[in-house]
Amino acid sequence: MSTPTAAGVSVMDVSALCVLVDVLRDRGYAVIGPTVRDGAIVLDELDSAERLPFGWGVTLDAGTYRLRRRDDGAAFGHAAGPQSWKSYVHPARERLWSRDGDGPVVAADETPRRPYAFLGVRPCDLRALGILDRVLGQGRHPDQGYARRRDGVFIVAVECIEPGRTCFCGSMGSGPAAEEGYDLALTELLDGSGSVSSSPGTPTYLIRSGSPAGTDVLAELPATPADAELVAHARDAVDAAAERMGRSLPADGLRELMVENRESPHWDDVAARCVTCGNCTMVCPTCFCTTTEDVTDLTGEHAERWRRWDSCFDLDFSYIHGGSVRMSGASRYRQWITHKLSTWHDQFGSTGCVGCGRCIAWCPVGIDITEEVAMLRAGSPDERTTAGDGAEGPR
Amino acid sequence: MTTALPLLYRVHGREVETYDTVTLTLEPMDGSLPASAPGQFTMLTAFGIGEVPISISGTAAPDGRLAQTLRAVGAVTRALYHATPGSVVGLRGPYGVGWDLSAARGRDVVIVAGGIGIAPVWPVLQAVLAHRRVHRRVTVLIGARTPRDIVFGAEIAELRERSDVHVDITVDQASNEWLGRTGVVTTLLADAPIDPELTDAYVCGPEVMMRFTADALLRLGVPAGRIQLTLERNMRCGGGLCGHCQLGPYLICRDGPVVTYDRTADLLTVREL
Repeated sequence: MSTPTAAGVSVMDVSALCVLVDVLRDRGYAVIGPTVRDGAIVLDELDSAERLPFGWGVTLDAGTYRLRRRDDGAAFGHAAGPQSWKSYVHPARERLWSRDGDGPVVAADETPRRPYAFLGVRPCDLRALGILDRVLGQGRHPDQGYARRRDGVFIVAVECIEPGRTCFCGSMGSGPAAEEGYDLALTELLDGSGSVSSSPGTPTYLIRSGSPAGTDVLAELPATPADAELVAHARDAVDAAAERMGRSLPADGLRELMVENRESPHWDDVAARCVTCGNCTMVCPTCFCTTTEDVTDLTGEHAERWRRWDSCFDLDFSYIHGGSVRMSGASRYRQWITHKLSTWHDQFGSTGCVGCGRCIAWCPVGIDITEEVAMLRAGSPDERTTAGDGAEGPR
Repeated sequence: MTTALPLLYRVHGREVETYDTVTLTLEPMDGSLPASAPGQFTMLTAFGIGEVPISISGTAAPDGRLAQTLRAVGAVTRALYHATPGSVVGLRGPYGVGWDLSAARGRDVVIVAGGIGIAPVWPVLQAVLAHRRVHRRVTVLIGARTPRDIVFGAEIAELRERSDVHVDITVDQASNEWLGRTGVVTTLLADAPIDPELTDAYVCGPEVMMRFTADALLRLGVPAGRIQLTLERNMRCGGGLCGHCQLGPYLICRDGPVVTYDRTADLLTVREL
């Protein structure tokens, strides 16, 4: 070969995805990846790469998520779906323990039988996993169930070259390139530039390893060293994606902005639209809040404790004797967005937002976190909706 | 590190404090929790019903017994209120940051408690009395809604016999038999023998009472950083994992429940934070 190759980056064609899934399954992993079901791209265990959503894309906007047919064969030509990987490492419902009669408290063994391999983790979601690691895994009282599920997860990241209209990872510094925390990283090229065997519309993949486990798996794949030109081309495509984000959420001064606006009248403006359904917290890849429920069988002899996802939009979330602390919808929305963008830093050393845009797409009334922040920056809501109408100035 | 599994404790003693408040003495059945510091709390389970955060009001080392005082206000605390000696409960913890007692060495100490708020500050009083001579004057101010609501009445009566502790009690609503003071607990501060600049305050009660008490102490000249409060929020896990107990930048189970007023005054005045 005469073209120089780029160190550490290989190229493979679409059939190699099947080999990748097979290799991971042979190694004992339960491979979880995107697939089409119920009008959405969801996560599920894949027995073969054929179940990947080849040729499917999504149309996203505030309050909108629609599958659409692509005119190419992309497997990863879609932005974030309704689920995130937290469903697997921090499940929505989990039994913690049970107790029979006067017997001992017995820990529920909810450890997955096989370790997970996550196929198709977007850089934003990769960052989200890192955030969950800090929140649930690195405090004074780490969540042992989380550690058991998270330990040894094999991650195949996929970089983004085609952000959705609700995406803003570029603002949050969490994408569109995969920087760390993966075992393998793929870049899907659709313009025929890979040219192993491909024509325009047939995907080609650049693949690189980010860990010894990744290198080990990569060695079993039918991949060849990629030439420097192709790698540079892919890098340009990813860089260009950063410029084509559907939305932006400038990070400068964000922490302070939220704290300064604790008493802003804008929260009432949001509350007039927000239905406090909690969808944003369910789809958010970093929202981690849980509650517990103790249950018994009919005899009362068998007791169990279950933990399930909870939402700060729920009225009971802040209940203490005498009533809930956050009664109004305004205070609950303020809690969610302020925690996500500001107090998360105080509590866990980073932002809680990765810019995946799920909360925007899955909000039934189309509330957009980037727009709400923009309004807070601009001042009072009156100024926005009735500018020049004698509205009050910024407070 | 503490586990998500409750350890089994047997109810050893049950002292009825008031019509709705009991102190349970709990003894470990098979392994005990790590030693606790004054002001820390446990997550206390009534099996099959639920779990609640309850502060530790006393420890009896070395046999690992704990005293926990609780008021029957919900399904779980009602079940625990009726837990008879011999019955079994579950305990996790201890959790949270407790009272800073070293702060008060060589200084005046004022303890202000409202209602069942006396339980979380009780270990402070015990520690102060155990080393009475390292402190200057010691004041205990107690408020209750009515005379029937005074918790630890017998212990308080004993305390009043001491010449080295200033004790004062007030109730919001007096009964016919009540010969003591009436009014909110802050009114007791006027007669408290303290030198404000040399005072450490330990305050526990309903949040509004703590806020008014802390502000009254501030006005007297007690520095905000010398006023410790213990906060209550919904808690499901105790270990900073469930997200329920947030107050602005803090997770109360992790960064509290004991906090100083300088760190929290501006948060406590924001409605519904």
